[in-house]
Amino acid sequence: MSQVAETGTAVVSPTRSGPRLARLRDFALLPVIAVLFVVGALVDRAFATTDNVLNVLQSQTELGLLVLAETLVLIAGRFDLSLEATIGLGPALGVLVPAWLHLSAGWSIPICLLVGVLVGVVNGLLIVKFRLSAFVLTLGMLVAGHGLVIAFTKGASIFKLPASFTYAGSAVWGRVPVSVWICAVLFAAGIVALGFLRHGRALYAIGGNVDAARAAGIRTDRVLIVGYVIAGLLAALAGLLYSGHYGSVTASQGNQMIFQVFAAAVIGGVSLDGGKGTIFGALCGLIVLGLIQNILTFAGVPAEWFQAINGVIIILALVLSRLVSGKAQD
Amino acid sequence: MTEPVASAVAVTKRYGNTAALTDVTLAVRAGESHALVGRNGAGKSTLVSVLTGLQAPDGGEVRFGGGPAPPLGDRAAWRRLVACVYQKSTIIPTLSVAENLYLNRQTDRGLISWRRLRTDARVVLGEWGLAVDPARPAGDLNVEQRQMLEIARALSHGARFIILDEPTAQLDGAAIQRLFRRLHGLREQGVTFLYISHHLDEIYEVCQAVTVLRDGRRVVTAPVGELPRPRLVEAMTGEAQGLTGTAAGRPAVREDAPVALKLQGLRLPGTYEAVHLTVRAGEVVGLAGGGASGALEVGETIVGLRTAREGTVEVAGRSVKAGSVPEAIAAGVGFVPHDRHASGFVPTLSVAENATLSIADRLGRFGWVGPGRRRALAERYIRDLDITTDGPQQPVSGLSGGNQQKVVMARALSGEPRVLVLLNPTAGVDVRSKESLLGIVDAAAAAGAAVLVVSDELDDLRGCDRVAVMFRGRMAGEYRRGWPDHGLVAAMEGVSGEPGR
Repeated sequence: MSQVAETGTAVVSPTRSGPRLARLRDFALLPVIAVLFVVGALVDRAFATTDNVLNVLQSQTELGLLVLAETLVLIAGRFDLSLEATIGLGPALGVLVPAWLHLSAGWSIPICLLVGVLVGVVNGLLIVKFRLSAFVLTLGMLVAGHGLVIAFTKGASIFKLPASFTYAGSAVWGRVPVSVWICAVLFAAGIVALGFLRHGRALYAIGGNVDAARAAGIRTDRVLIVGYVIAGLLAALAGLLYSGHYGSVTASQGNQMIFQVFAAAVIGGVSLDGGKGTIFGALCGLIVLGLIQNILTFAGVPAEWFQAINGVIIILALVLSRLVSGKAQD
Repeated sequence: MTEPVASAVAVTKRYGNTAALTDVTLAVRAGESHALVGRNGAGKSTLVSVLTGLQAPDGGEVRFGGGPAPPLGDRAAWRRLVACVYQKSTIIPTLSVAENLYLNRQTDRGLISWRRLRTDARVVLGEWGLAVDPARPAGDLNVEQRQMLEIARALSHGARFIILDEPTAQLDGAAIQRLFRRLHGLREQGVTFLYISHHLDEIYEVCQAVTVLRDGRRVVTAPVGELPRPRLVEAMTGEAQGLTGTAAGRPAVREDAPVALKLQGLRLPGTYEAVHLTVRAGEVVGLAGGGASGALEVGETIVGLRTAREGTVEVAGRSVKAGSVPEAIAAGVGFVPHDRHASGFVPTLSVAENATLSIADRLGRFGWVGPGRRRALAERYIRDLDITTDGPQQPVSGLSGGNQQKVVMARALSGEPRVLVLLNPTAGVDVRSKESLLGIVDAAAAAGAAVLVVSDELDDLRGCDRVAVMFRGRMAGEYRRGWPDHGLVAAMEGVSGEPGR
């Protein structure tokens, strides 16, 4: 209650936590990550090696880009489930369209990314201008996207990928895979944009109170549409890295990833109600999930148990972050 | 005579076939606080949206300082001239105070410097007398601080003409007095206000001039000194009448009437202490006190929304299980929550469904809700409580504030309660609805219910047989019918040493 004394005659209010504490919340998961490292090192000596850490990072890059994309949309108070379809549809069309139209393989990456942009535009326009439910619309887009990949590939995987895909997914610059570099740069850009740019802050304002944002002169419709487009673009990029990494575009690419995406974001402190959370927090959530899975692999958990355990991990990580942050989730 | 700061000249606004404003002229002079009053639906909100450039008038024009208003699309220009602080806050709780102040103008270009933003914010907040840490999340601020933040934001845009829409609706007595002092200070710094309120007392306290709207037309504009309260009410309602003490017609409660509600030694540390109170059947008792008095919390304890650490609540001689709303209802308690928007009704559901929400179990067996019985009950309430609605099936969101509150009242009465607990029952409703709501209270008491009215509004308390006053969590005195206004107000503010029994 020291605040009361300071403000003197001014308006006073009871306050439970100081302003600094709120900022610490961003770093709430860092101790958890540290603990996981120690646990991992105790489970297996190979865990705490550079190779393994890079391996964990690379295996999380595709998921990471989706988390980045979803975080943008969630902070603005909306949903995008279709990301998990774009991660397959983008690379599939990136490979197939040049073959259909007899274009050079150099078109693959632009087409892949363009697919992401188009999905984002459709989502954005229908949700913002036509006022459809974001949840159900993007759910429809998800089902349709998966279906299109199956239709185009006739259910078979594509193994003949252009060299540009393979390079992006597997090249290494100075021991660190290119995909990790890309992911790191984009996350850094996201942290700066949402922390220090007016347009980034507009996402928070919209997610916090869309009417107030509009009253302050923010072009809320435009910001939201651009948000969806960037999210789609990031998902297509994730698809490109994913295909390059595993050397194929599978018909079921991305299946069920969206659950992990939401899990990482919420564990990292991003609110499903909008206006709350940071990119850095979501990144921490992502790393926590990745580390736990890696530790389980080292611990020799049989593969057929993975999915069940994955679900339990998400719930445990959620409980953990609730305990660490001390704040109710919504 | 100098040009008015802001004026509406012969403004007309139609929505389809209905005229919201007809030929309304309003001139607000620099440095004055001008009251805008009228019953719900009189056209106040439409006039505000025309004055703030959110809607174009169909006829007439808006002028600022003698010049024409900027084009509708130029929001920035409007923001430099006028701002409205609405009842619904436009503060974003998840963002910091500083960021709210500089929303969408955190930086001209490039990266935001949070340090500079906070420094600038501290200066602006200091200038207008709001000493809060700019780095705090705005969600930590109380209603009063958020309101001041909105005013400071408007002023920092350059506007010196500010419209306040029901600024005291969510404030307690002490906070209202602080707000008035601030408004006075701002007025001396050259800020002009258009002040919208249902509380006529406030208008006489704060404003110099008043304009009354009725049915979309201006009825009168006059200095407040020339328009005494009865004439003001008459101008608003179109007929000569005022809030009369309803209790006058009710016979005094007999001393041997059974005790319906008995509070014994209720204690919730930090909120209230040693609360004792009895209400007899057929008696209307007021529990008066502002925001920090604990009165509201005592009310919420009776109905099971809160749990007292010590003490008991007895209804008709039997103690009620603490902290359970279903138990309280089962024991015969009906209640009106203090904020109807937050917990009074479900806006998307119909009048019928809302009115019968707490007695759904009596409408049919095995969870089956009988639509016929529900409809019949709802129609009875619509008739008895005089609810203006298209019918029982209309969603409550489509009703006016006063009628919404009547639906909440209907729900409270639906269980035919022995004890009726009303928390701020007339907050934010117009004069006529207020009267009719208080009439309903009276009728319930006459029918034998024990009524506890928890409020800090004199109009609510005037009909009470007795008023118990709370201050800082303790009982501060009890007043019998015929109490002097100033004595009661002084007790609520903790000024008087002696309760005037």
